[in-house]
Parts: sequence; C-alpha cells; structure tokens
Amino acid sequence: MKKIFFLFALMLAFAAGFAQSEKYAGAMKAQIAKIEPAVQNGGFTDLVNSFERIGDAEKNQWLPYYYAAYCQVMSALIGTDKSKSDALADRADQLISKAETIAGAPNSETHVIRSMIATAHLTVDPQSRWQQYGQESAAFLEKAKQLDPTNPRPVYLEGQSKFYTPEAFGGGKATAAPVFEKALTMFDAFKPASEIAPAWGKSATQYFLSQCK
Amino acid sequence: MRRLILLCCLFIGSLSVVGQTTVSGKLRDNRGKPVVGASIAIKDSYDGATSDSLGMFRFTTEEKGEKLLMISSIGFNPLEKNLVLTDKPVELDLQLKESPNELKAVVVTAGSFEASDAKRTTVLNSIDIVTTASANADVTAAIRTLPGTQQVGEKEGLFIRGGSGEEARVFIDGTLVNNFFYSSVPDIAQRGRFSPFLFKGTIFSSGGYSALYGQALSGALILETIDLPERSSANLGIGSVGFSGGYQHLNKKKTASWGANYAYSNLLPYFELVKQRVDYFKVPVYHYADANFRVKTSKTGILKFYGTLQLNQLGLRSADIDSLTLKNAFSLKNHNFYGNLSWKEKLARNWKFFTGASYSNNRDQLANELQDQDDKPVDIDYLPYKAKNYSGDISTNLAQVKSVLEKKLNGISAIRFGGEYLYFHDDIQFSDSTSRQAILDDHFKAAFAEADIYITNNLAAKLGGRLEHSSILDKTNIVPRVSLAYKLAEKGQVSLAYGIFYQKPERNQLAISRLLNYTRATHFIANYQKLTPTRTFRLEAFYKKYADLVKVSPQLNNSGYGYAKGIELFWRDKKTFKGVDYWISYSFLDTKRDYLNYPFSLQPNFAANHTASVVLKKFVTKLKTQFNASYSFATGRPYYDFRYNSSDNKVEIADQGKTISFNNLSLSVNYLPSIGKTNAKRFTVWVLSVSNVLNQKQIYNYNYSYNGLNKRAVVPPANQFFYLGCFISFGVDRTEDAINNNL
Repeated sequence: MKKIFFLFALMLAFAAGFAQSEKYAGAMKAQIAKIEPAVQNGGFTDLVNSFERIGDAEKNQWLPYYYAAYCQVMSALIGTDKSKSDALADRADQLISKAETIAGAPNSETHVIRSMIATAHLTVDPQSRWQQYGQESAAFLEKAKQLDPTNPRPVYLEGQSKFYTPEAFGGGKATAAPVFEKALTMFDAFKPASEIAPAWGKSATQYFLSQCK
Repeated sequence: MRRLILLCCLFIGSLSVVGQTTVSGKLRDNRGKPVVGASIAIKDSYDGATSDSLGMFRFTTEEKGEKLLMISSIGFNPLEKNLVLTDKPVELDLQLKESPNELKAVVVTAGSFEASDAKRTTVLNSIDIVTTASANADVTAAIRTLPGTQQVGEKEGLFIRGGSGEEARVFIDGTLVNNFFYSSVPDIAQRGRFSPFLFKGTIFSSGGYSALYGQALSGALILETIDLPERSSANLGIGSVGFSGGYQHLNKKKTASWGANYAYSNLLPYFELVKQRVDYFKVPVYHYADANFRVKTSKTGILKFYGTLQLNQLGLRSADIDSLTLKNAFSLKNHNFYGNLSWKEKLARNWKFFTGASYSNNRDQLANELQDQDDKPVDIDYLPYKAKNYSGDISTNLAQVKSVLEKKLNGISAIRFGGEYLYFHDDIQFSDSTSRQAILDDHFKAAFAEADIYITNNLAAKLGGRLEHSSILDKTNIVPRVSLAYKLAEKGQVSLAYGIFYQKPERNQLAISRLLNYTRATHFIANYQKLTPTRTFRLEAFYKKYADLVKVSPQLNNSGYGYAKGIELFWRDKKTFKGVDYWISYSFLDTKRDYLNYPFSLQPNFAANHTASVVLKKFVTKLKTQFNASYSFATGRPYYDFRYNSSDNKVEIADQGKTISFNNLSLSVNYLPSIGKTNAKRFTVWVLSVSNVLNQKQIYNYNYSYNGLNKRAVVPPANQFFYLGCFISFGVDRTEDAINNNL
C-alpha cells in the first residue's frame, strides 16, 4: 500500500512537473513569437513585463530574464527619446545580471545583451561616450565570440556596428557586407539548444545585407 | 485502494476545472497623471499586464484565493497589494509614488555650471572644455566663454560678476589651490598651471556656492581629478612651444595605477617667428614634471595622489612710461610644488567619507631694473625712478587638510558635515631703496554642515552653514548658505540661492597691517533652466552686495563697499544644425565699488557692461577633423588715472575714459587620423590653433606716467597666437588626452 502510494505520489509530482514545464515552454513560445512583430510595431515594454513575470514565477530559469533584458535594451535602441535610454539600459543591465546569476555564469548570449546595453548608452551622446561605451560594446562582442564561436549573433552585431560606422572610421557598407555574409552562414549552421533558446537575428542580418548592396 | 485511485482522479480533475477572474484598473502617480508601461503581476504566476497610455490595465487569471499583486515601473517605488481572487472581477484604482532618483531629481543650478562625464545631462562636459577654440588647453580660458565672466587680458584669474581676479578661488579634489595660475607678470595675463586632462569633473560657480567651500567673494572653480586610466600607455608630444612625454601604468587587476609626465616649453623659436611687442631678454622657459598614483582601496573607495614640480623663468624689457629713453627690465623666476592626496570611501549604512590633504610651496624671485638705451642699469635717486629698481623674494606655503562625512537619508536626501584646517605661511621680502620683510602665519580653521533635502523629486532645498576662524585676523565668522530648486515640467526648473561669503584681505595688504577684517559679499540669485540632451537654455539674474572691502587710501581699512547686479543668458544647441554644436552666452553687468585707492564708488576697470561669447564645434567625419571656433565680445571697460592730492589727503580722478570694445575670434582644428580604429596601437592628434584671427586691435587698459602727461594703452604682447602640435599616445586610445597636453 505504502509503496503504491509512494509510486503514485512520484507519478503525480512528475505529471505536475511536466505540466509545469509544458506551461513554461508554452508561455515562453507565445511571448517569443511576439518579439519579431514588436520590432515593427512597438510593444517591447509589454514583452519585458511578460518575460519578467515568467522569470519571477519560475525562479530558476535564466531565459525569461534573458529575453526581458533583450526586449528592454531593444526598447532603448529603437526608442526616439534618447533622454530615456540610460534608464532603460540600466534596467536591462539589472535583468541580464539576474539571468547570469541564475545561469551560474555569463555566457555567450548574455554577453551579446551586455554589448547591446553598452551601445544603448553610447547612442545617447556618441561623441563624448564613444571612448567608453564603444570599446565596452566591442569587448563584450569579443567575449561572446570566445565563449561560443558558433554563435552568429555577435557576428551579426559586429556587422551592424560596422554598418553604422562612417567609412572614414573604417566602417561602411562595403566592410559590413562580408561580416553579414559570414553571420548568415553561421545562422544557417546554428542549431538552437531548445525551442525557446535564443535564435533571433537571422532576418535582421538578411535585411542589413540587402541594404549593403 | 480503489478509493485512493478515485480520490486521486478527483484531485487531478479538480486541477483542470478552473474559473477565470478579470483584474483591471488604473494606475496614477502622485500628481494624478497616468503611469504608462508599468508592470502588474500576480506574484509567482505568469499572469499580469502592462499599463497602457492611459494608465489602464486588464488581465485574466486562473489563480484563486489570497494572492499578492505586484506593481512596478521605472522611476517609481514598487507597490504590493493583497488580493482575494474569486470568480468576481476585481477593479483597482492604484497610485504609485515616484522613487527618489538622483538622475531625475531636480538639482540646484543657481549660480553653477557643472561639467562632468557622469550620466546626468550637464551643460558642458570635459571634452567641451578641451575643444573650445579660444581655450588653448587652459581650463579657465574655456570657463571664460560662460556667462558671468569677464574678458580680462592684462591679469590672470576669473573675474566673476564684478569681482576681481583674487575674489574667485580654485579647488582641486576639495582643497584650495594657492597658486593655480603662473605667477603674475605686469600687464600680461598668465595661464593656469594645470592641464585640463587631469580633471574629469568641473563645477564652475559664479555665486551662491556650497558651504563646503569658502574664502572666495565671487565664485569658485571646483575641479575633480580623474580616476584610474583605462589602460597603460605612453605618450609623446611635440609642438611649436616645446615637447612632452609621459607614461601611465595600470596594473593587471585594474585596481591601481601610477604615472609620471615631463614637459618642457621654450618660446625662443616661436618668438623668432612671431614678433612680440615686448623685448624678451630671457625667453620664457617652463619645466613641468608630475607624478601620480591612484589605488582602489575597495569596490567603492579610491586613494589618489597627484604632485607636480614646476620651474620657470622669463625676463622682458619694455619702454618706461615716464621717460623717452629709459626701459624697464622685469625678470621672474618661479618654483612651484603642489601635492594633493585624497581618499574617498563609501562606508556602511549610507555613510560616505572623504578626506583630502594638500601642500603647496611657491617661490617667486622677481626684479625690475631701470635701464638705458644700451640696456645698462640706471640709478636715479628721485621719484618716480627711485621706485623702479626693485627686487622681491616671495615665498608662499599652504598646508591643509579637509574631511567631509556624508550620510544619505531615505533615497537622495543627504546631510554632510566636516572641517578643514589650513596653515598659510608667507614670507615676503621686498627691497627698492629700502628693504622690508613680512612673515605672515595664518592658522585658518573652518567647520561646515550642509543638508540636501528632497521634499519630492521636484522640490529640493540645500541648507548650509559655515564657521570660520583666521588666526592672523583673530576673527570668527559664521555664514548661512541657502538654495532652493523646483522642477516645473519634465525639463524646466527654477532655482534660488542666497549666501554670505567672506574672504581674507590679500597678503600684501596684511603685510602692511594686520588690523584688517574679512571682506564680505552677500549673493542673491534666481535662475531658470531648461535642459534636454541636445539643448540647454539658462537665464539667471543676480544681485550682490559688497561690504568691508579693503581700502588702501587714504587709510588702510575695511571701509570699502559696492554692489553688482546683472542678467545672464546661456543657450546651447546640438540639434538645429546637423553635426554642429554651439553655445552662446551673454552677460549684462552693472557694478560699482569703492575699494583700494578709488576716490568714491566707481565701475571697476575690470568690469565691462556687456560681454558675449559664441562657441562653435563641428566634427567632419570624412576628414577625421574637428573644427572649433569661438568669438568673444565685450564692451569697453573704464580706465582711470587716480592721483593722490597730498594737500587734501584725497585721491582724485585726473583722467578717465573707456577702452575700445574687445573682440576676439579664435579658430582651432584637431585632426585625428587614427580615430575609429578600435584596435589602434598608436593614437595621433594634430592640433592647430590661432587666436584673434581677424587681427583686431585689443586694448585692455591704460597706464599713466607719474606726472599724468603720458598715457599708454595696455595691449597684449602680440596680437595673435599660433600653435601647432602633434601628440601620440601608444597603447591606448587617449583622444582627448593628447590634444594640447602642454601648450
């Protein structure tokens, strides 16, 4: 009797756990699907809050905070009121720190976000901030590449940085194009670890590559 | 067994039978405005929403029972609310309280301009100071493009709002700097001794400054030195007036650094190319050496040392004003040591601690010799010639220590208090027909306290007090400092400031009599400022009352007095013209004072009624070049021929007038060939600058002969100044460090 009860309890726990992770994956997938449209139509604040709610509830998943940070820094990067960018980037910084704490250590993907955060700070006043944040952004991309040489996202962002850098400073479309091409082949080879693991960037790379020609 | 399974099935079944509850509501801030983009979440669930542009939100949840609703938004204190969820819809009306936020909170701006690299939007930053065309890498010259300052070319110092150059003081890392400028040369303004690259933060206060500082009647320039460098590097510079070299080392853990620099300037080649009006029999030569170390004492603490030793000399000959044939040969030898050690640390329970100590020693050996046409010494034993052969040996020492403790109270309000002790030791030897010596010792002590009180993010008050005692005067004073700031809208604010400021008489006055008292000024300032990241507008009005100014004639006493009032305007715009950054400042000043040997209350000869500056900067990416221009204008200043009438024992004005207006257009070009290369091993900057491009005539003042019959304009030693230099930094990208390092 006792044994059966134990077995049953185990089964129930497993079922509940399974239901839980099913619910988690489902919620994550639903939110991740909204990221791409948000680039066009806005709504990143909503996404930040949704991912953060999932993160707060799950407590031991780093991806919700990772996506929350990604959406938060995107809201700073695409926002037109640059006076708000510092506060948004600082918030993204807090979120990515939470993700890194849960993940145990910074990884290639979190470094990508940190590079974007530095870029967000940079855009507020490029002339006087270039020295600090420009270097910081590039350094995080380098770390991201070291930690995962197959990750296409740091390569895509490197291309983007070159794309927006004036030709006189060693940037421009001509220098950015081969980097985007490299990123694209890496995207083709890249297999996300799971359905909800970071997989963004391919369509943006294609877009930028088309702009280079 | 069967019963158990049934129970289990029932249990599982109940999991899927769920009802939904709708939660909706409205979020407002303390002023009743909707809070947009806030997160509303049920704790430990995925359910929640984001407030829309009207502050409304709505979501459904399957949660049941007692739950915690959590509301958060950037810039607001998080709010938690207990909910009991049944199937009935819940409607909420919630208010969020703005969180105290240093970046968003109102800042007292009356009287002060802040330039720093911190995230807060400021009027100017450090690079702005370096790239101002007329500045030639002199901090105070850049400050002279801001409202409230005068374009004075015959004497060093900041002449602020009707105050003389001696009435403004410079502080580095909290402590007073005794000899910020190179030693005075008759009728030629001297540069500051310190490179702008030493400083990361600059606060220029043209009045109403904090109780932490004292002994400046009109204003204070408060400089903060840089922290650890980003990388180790070596640098070399060569320019039209000399060369420089230095090395900075940063340890691997990035917790400590040390460095040293040396610069040598010699104006001989330059004077060969560009003719000077005065005849330099000893060409100006400057040696500059410095050493520094910076150590992170903890995550939040830093210990910094900067020390410099400077030696320089010059000798110049100019025609004597009292005779057609004679000349005056003036020579100066200067030794200067300055050392500053400071330590900053954050302590537990929101306490912060700062302590700084500095020591400086300055020795001026100066002499004037009357010479004939063949540059041979001449000795004439009657006035005025009798007084023209003189020599002086003036040594000034200042040792000081200052400590400040600060405690943050609920967010951003703070109290700070502390004290300082300054020991001045001056030894003045002077001889013409007779020899005199004066040794002045002053133990100067001050205690101060200040509170920053934030009533809300939008309303702040700064209340301070300062108690001072000088042993040489044997007098104590206590002064209040009060300022208020109120934020009107998102970016506009008004501030008011009031304060009383005391200053010791000058050392040459104290050398004659110690029975003098502090001089005193009372400031009233009102300011409006609108600040966005791309545009700044400032309007400031002030009234200043002077009392107890030092009179030297007919008697030496404190019977002087005066006033100054005016309106100032500042506009900076980085937006209207693409890629162009410019600022405009205008000052109107109405001032009169009776001091020194003035016969009665007069507009002083260092005060112009209208002063304006335009500063323009444009970086041309294709050329990797920054173009800078600045134009300064001032209406003519009064000049006087004061004559002592011994029969009446009175000073009279024998002659007076107004100089022509002052104009100066300066241009500078910085070419940065290695900019943009992120991994460049070497970084090069070329600098070319020209002052008074239009070669406009500048007259600062007039000197009169002893008998009053000859009147001569005080003009700069040359109409224009040209500079060309190249600076290379190895191992680290130090763009701005390299520009004009030792000009």
